[in-house]
Amino acid sequence: MRRLALIALPYAWLLALFLVPFLIVFKISLSDIATAIPPYTPTLDFRAGWQGIKDFFSELDFENFAFLATDSLYWKAYVSSLTIAFISTILTLLVGYPIAYGMASAPDHWRPTLMMLVILPFWTSFLIRVYSWMGILSTEGYLNQLLLGLGLISTPLTILNTPTAVYIGIVYTYLPFMILPIYSALERMDGSLLEAAEDLGCSRLTAFWLITVPLSKTGIIAGCFLVFIPVIGEFVIPSLLGGSQTLMIGKVLWEEFFNNRDWPVASAVAVVLLLILIVPIVLFQMNEQKSREAEQ
Amino acid sequence: MAQNVFEPWNDPAEKPLIQFKGVTKRFGEFVAIDNQTFDIYEREFFALLGPSGCGKTTMMRMLAGFETPTEGTILLGGQDMAPIPPNKRAINMMFQSYALFPHLSVWENIAFGLRRDNKPKAEIEARVAEMLKLTRLEQFAKRKPHQISGGQRQRVALARCLAKAPKLLLLDEPMGALDAKLRQATQFELMDIQEKTGTTFVIVTHDQEEAMTVASRVAVMDNGRIIQADTPARIYEMPNSVYVADFIGEVTIIPGKVHRRDKGYDVTFAEGQPTLYSEFDAEFDNGQTGYLALRPEKVAISAERPEGRTNAVQGKIIDIAYLGNLSTYHVVLPNGQKIKAQTANTRRLSRRDFTWEDTVWLSWTDTAAVLLKG
Ligand SMILES: Nc1ncnc2c1ncn2[C@@H]1O[C@H](COP(=O)(O)OP(=O)(O)O)[C@@H](O)[C@H]1O
Ligand SMILES: [Mg+2]
Repeated sequence: MRRLALIALPYAWLLALFLVPFLIVFKISLSDIATAIPPYTPTLDFRAGWQGIKDFFSELDFENFAFLATDSLYWKAYVSSLTIAFISTILTLLVGYPIAYGMASAPDHWRPTLMMLVILPFWTSFLIRVYSWMGILSTEGYLNQLLLGLGLISTPLTILNTPTAVYIGIVYTYLPFMILPIYSALERMDGSLLEAAEDLGCSRLTAFWLITVPLSKTGIIAGCFLVFIPVIGEFVIPSLLGGSQTLMIGKVLWEEFFNNRDWPVASAVAVVLLLILIVPIVLFQMNEQKSREAEQ
Repeated sequence: MAQNVFEPWNDPAEKPLIQFKGVTKRFGEFVAIDNQTFDIYEREFFALLGPSGCGKTTMMRMLAGFETPTEGTILLGGQDMAPIPPNKRAINMMFQSYALFPHLSVWENIAFGLRRDNKPKAEIEARVAEMLKLTRLEQFAKRKPHQISGGQRQRVALARCLAKAPKLLLLDEPMGALDAKLRQATQFELMDIQEKTGTTFVIVTHDQEEAMTVASRVAVMDNGRIIQADTPARIYEMPNSVYVADFIGEVTIIPGKVHRRDKGYDVTFAEGQPTLYSEFDAEFDNGQTGYLALRPEKVAISAERPEGRTNAVQGKIIDIAYLGNLSTYHVVLPNGQKIKAQTANTRRLSRRDFTWEDTVWLSWTDTAAVLLKG
């Protein structure tokens, strides 16, 4: 009985916070736009009884999904989001791995401090941090002033409102999510394994490829998913740093909701986004499961 | 039986394989190895024996190249090892923690070193198969280290470092996780391997019986120093210090004042106790304190005073340790000195001659004890 309650609790949680909202959004995506509050029809009318429910269901259709397929804007936004997410995941890995490696090989008494430094940015609002990147990257920003001052460039670089700014913003924001799982995998690694590898004839570099990398694999995969999944739906970074040049599905979603007030289409966009995300989320869960098993 | 004596350390013409020359290793202020100079010869089975923390692992790690001596040099075959990194040394080490690669199977672990040498595939496969057979791990070749038992892991570690057939093999407590039977089998296997391959072994152990069984020489260490390095028999029979005598096997130490007489020394150890005599070749001043070290199996126990023995004392049995084949009697003399005497249990337990609280005579021959300076 108690076990049942223990199992039921997370499922109730999932139901209330995921499944119900999803069903609401899904229902809206099947509705039609209307000039009303809320801005879509039909709405469920229980007072009309059984007939009301039947009417309600008869008016739902997949028109909005069909519409997404006809306008190339949407699939381009999805593809572009996936591409940006993929490239920024790679970039974050390239920046994050050496940092995690350095942390894991630092002397024991340094590690809490280094860990602190990685988490520290979370203490200030994400929005403020993205705004400060605008201040750094803009044409009159600190970066250009510095480079001009040093005489490295003669005309200011245009970084803000380009994809480069988006990548900088994403790598900066999501770096901790990459560093922490890799660090925790590296930290658990027994240092004598590398000595054993050297003893058996490996150079330091081969030992790194043959021992360190495979043993941090689960950390790498976890970090990549932790970056890739949220970046697909990222909205703030592309709209603040990317300007009109960057097409991302999160931004499209925002515009449908707030600029066009087309809730049904916006909901359809969200549902498709969720379906796309399910694939990497399932893969991520499988990786977690595998790493838990390996630990036992 | 004609025995081929293997004692290269007594042969001045023999070149040592390993030479430690004034080697000191410090960790910060702490002296882990204290100015050690000694040689290890080819085909030796050299055992390092000592309490935990005395520097055995540090000694091994310097040989393998993971630590560099703070002072002094280590030579291998006459060549200074300092500039040679671990992966270029013809030395393999079996780690105390085994250090098996968790993501590789047993087979891949054993093949790891061979693959680094870019050996042909067929040769690697043959060698790994040979190693698996030797360590009786054939059924486990495909398993990962976390899927086998502690003893099996230890054998994988052993197989992995044997696979490359190194000139020198370092084994850091290679049999700690094995049960008594398997341990004995592995000891003989190691000796067999050594016979076949001619590899030189340096083995760390804190099991003295193991050291005595396998080693050509045993080095007894304490606080970063080798106190005595000698054959197992000489370590046991002729310890050079109370520390070594006490560390190896059971022993009774009787401190007393020594006086030269004939070929040995008289030892007076307590008021009202007979003067003991030990025929032992050592340099003592008259009146100097000496320590008589007496192995329990060399002490006879009897109800009556034995005839014609200089060394005979009377005491009371306070404890009997029954070891199956042997019994050790703990006898206390009137002055409080305890002496251990061991007898073989040739009769059934119920027919034992002596029991608790019995007053008995202990005696030993003039040459039974060794006289030590401290
Ligand atoms: N890397 C190190 N840093 C500081 N002290 C060490 C280090 N390695 C070993 N020691 C110290 O040196 C001494 C000898 O250690 P070790 O050689 O491992 O002993 P054991 O004989 O038990 O194998 C111990 O007191 C240990 O604390
Ligand atoms: Mg040790």
